Amino acid sequence: MNTLYPIIQILVYGLMAGTILAAIGVVTLPNLFHAALCLIGVLLGIAGVYLAIQAEFLAVIQILLYVGAVMTLVIFAVMMTHRMSNQNTPAHNQLRIPALLSSTALFLVLFKFLSRPHWPIRSETLQARVSVADLGIAFVGPYAFPFEVISIVLIAAMIGALIIAKRDKENS
Amino acid sequence: MIIPLSHLLIFGAILFAIGLYGILVRSNIIAILISIELILNAVNINLVAFSRTTSISPVTGQVFAVFVMAMAAAAAAVGLAIVLALFRVKNTVLSEDINLLKW
Repeated sequence: MNTLYPIIQILVYGLMAGTILAAIGVVTLPNLFHAALCLIGVLLGIAGVYLAIQAEFLAVIQILLYVGAVMTLVIFAVMMTHRMSNQNTPAHNQLRIPALLSSTALFLVLFKFLSRPHWPIRSETLQARVSVADLGIAFVGPYAFPFEVISIVLIAAMIGALIIAKRDKENS
Repeated sequence: MIIPLSHLLIFGAILFAIGLYGILVRSNIIAILISIELILNAVNINLVAFSRTTSISPVTGQVFAVFVMAMAAAAAAVGLAIVLALFRVKNTVLSEDINLLKW
């Protein structure tokens, strides 16, 4: 167990580096379909990070919901709108340098505050194992009201998406 | 935990900065929606990391990460439906060409 520990650590850091590379691909690749495929890589990498920090339920939900559902939706939308965007339309606007400077500045500010080593880490929380049953009890117990609200929001969003995307009768 | 907390938070900050850059520079609306998904995932990493280390109740962060995922799914569904309707009416997915509400 202890001899495997540094190997697993190196693997997780490699996974995080690959995820960041794929994320850079998401925002820089000119072909939108390639960007969507890179986003699938990012989501799978984040699911691996969830597994590494022992949030197994979230890793499964991440793959099921993001890679399975949201990315299917995104790729369908890319395929339905891509035929008009010929290759010489620019994928980026003229704000590349200011955007790069501002996002780097934001990251540097965040880095300055996040890299301090003395977070108040609780050893009981580190030892705690969150099972799916614990999450289920939390969903119907203390978080029952937000759970109901998010259900209504999801239903409203699905019906709204159907109505918006439906073809008008008089136009077609 | 196998990774220190600050490394996870910096990982989330890098993903957030990359997503912000994507929102600012992309001209395709679907690409902007993809960048928003990237930012929501960065937020989720922070929620889960804090719930695994500093939180008093270890369940809370994961519960709210699930809520964020549900909101992201709803946002993706509505956003892509709007993009499809817009494409049908204006025949474009570039954000520069959609200036109906600009004066």
